Amino acid sequence: MSTIELLGRQIEVDSDGNLKNLNDWNEDIASEIASLEGIEQLTDRHWLVINFMRKEFIEKGDGPTVRRLTKESGIDTKELYALFPKGPAKKAARIGGIPKPKGCI
Amino acid sequence: MKKLVILGAGTAGTTMVNKFHRVMDPMDWEITIVDHNETHFYQPGFLFIPFGVYNEEDVIKPKRDFFPKGVNVVMEIIEKIVPAENKVYLKDGTELVYDYLIIATGSDIAPEETEGLKDKLWQKCIFDFYTIEGAMKLAEFFKTWEGGKLVINITEMPIKCPVAPLEFAFLADWFFTKKGIRDKVDIHFVTPLSSAFTKEKCAEVMSDYLIEKNIKTTVDFSTGRVDNDNQKIISWDDMEVPFDCLVTVPTNKGNDCIARSGMGDELNFVPTDKYTLRSKAHENIFVIGDATDLPSSKAGSVVHFQSEVLFENLMSVIEGREMKARFDGHANCFIESGFGKALLIDFNYETEPLKGQYPVPLIGPFSLLQETRMNHFGKLMFKWTYWNLLLKGRDIPVSNEMSMKGKIQE
Ligand SMILES: Cc1cc2nc3c(=O)[nH]c(=O)nc-3n(C[C@H](O)[C@H](O)[C@H](O)COP(=O)(O)OP(=O)(O)OC[C@H]3O[C@@H](n4cnc5c(N)ncnc54)[C@H](O)[C@@H]3O)c2cc1C
Repeated sequence: MSTIELLGRQIEVDSDGNLKNLNDWNEDIASEIASLEGIEQLTDRHWLVINFMRKEFIEKGDGPTVRRLTKESGIDTKELYALFPKGPAKKAARIGGIPKPKGCI
Repeated sequence: MKKLVILGAGTAGTTMVNKFHRVMDPMDWEITIVDHNETHFYQPGFLFIPFGVYNEEDVIKPKRDFFPKGVNVVMEIIEKIVPAENKVYLKDGTELVYDYLIIATGSDIAPEETEGLKDKLWQKCIFDFYTIEGAMKLAEFFKTWEGGKLVINITEMPIKCPVAPLEFAFLADWFFTKKGIRDKVDIHFVTPLSSAFTKEKCAEVMSDYLIEKNIKTTVDFSTGRVDNDNQKIISWDDMEVPFDCLVTVPTNKGNDCIARSGMGDELNFVPTDKYTLRSKAHENIFVIGDATDLPSSKAGSVVHFQSEVLFENLMSVIEGREMKARFDGHANCFIESGFGKALLIDFNYETEPLKGQYPVPLIGPFSLLQETRMNHFGKLMFKWTYWNLLLKGRDIPVSNEMSMKGKIQE
């Protein structure tokens, strides 16, 4: 079992390094993970995305793809990548404390 | 008379029509299959066309050669499905009523989704190899190309046959070496994934091969647009990769008839139960192959494994029994690595590709996750298997559910 130290606590993570238990997550933990990912300040726009990711995961059992994010959250692709450089779905999932959305292969 | 309608006569539709025709009593059942194209394409063969290994005749056969007698064949564009009426509307106005429906309309490339992709350089120095036209044009281009920056780019996931772009890179290395101009061709593999492949173990092996073959790799690159004037692809977060020849794998989407029916997700893939293969929204509709939204590979081998499950489950539904068959996400792919060699990977929803041996009666075993000549022959043999066994809905000497036999666990 792997763990990560966040805000002085040992928290269990999965093989991708995302939190294993939804309940270990809270907004302070999110900010802490964000700073590890190189995002210093979580803005309202970040939160909109993070909350949408969590909602989708809880309802559907999987986080949305970038395409679904842009369609449903009202934030366009360009801005998503500005908010979460490199991989918005992947990064927002990690910060939101849910598993990495399943890449379809 | 009960009616079974199958939409799409590609790998999956053709397989299903053969399976059901064999068991359904023609006195009780009318089976109809719809497609708009008379030609069946062996899509795995497209990979070899740009390198002159196959030409057009090697990958096409008439669809009708594969339909059993007594089946109702309709060649027309599917306009839309109206599940509330149990009806399919065709472009020419024909209405088809069904008791049970199988959706097998596949997926296609959608270059128009990316700004600047299908622009003035399209099929001049930007090519796809996921269509016969693209593959043929690229073969022409390569005949006289003297070298430069060759960029192979996956625009976004998911794509069908997710190993094909890697295979393309490996074959390009072999092709230009053989031509004696490898030193003039700078091969660059650009992917939106965080590694060379979606599955971690396999990705490690693949990235070793990429390094060994002197293929440059850029990961985490989500293509936002193509700058035609400066010959660059530009990511959503403003990274740039210049090219002299761009081989693109554009966004893949399900067919527009799915969108017209309001039955798809944002990429027109039909929400499908990942174990039973029944549509999530409609009890008398099943979905198979590239048309589904399943988190399994979109591949011909996967279609074969799914076909057994769909057959069992639809028969159960028809006979009022509980659906018992479960699709485990089994996929089985040869990865052509150039110089007459290939690798084989075998995995499912839960198990990553592992090393070891893959037993196949009479011909087997094949080495897993290792480059061998035997695997290359396996890849070439797949064409024969495809035309002669798979499409006809016959058993192939590979088990349906993934087996751990011969696999090495760490
Ligand atoms: C370059 C390349 C390499 C590949 N390599 C491999 C490989 O090595 N191994 C492997 O296992 N798989 C490989 N594949 C993938 C494999 O070819 C597909 O996964 C498989 O063919 C999917 O079958 P399908 O029946 O779901 O879709 P398809 O075979 O694409 O069939 C869909 C059918 O539906 C019809 N259709 C769609 N919409 C309509 C409409 N509105 N009206 C009428 N008809 C319609 C189409 O005409 C088509 O005939 C490769 C694919 C490509 C492109």
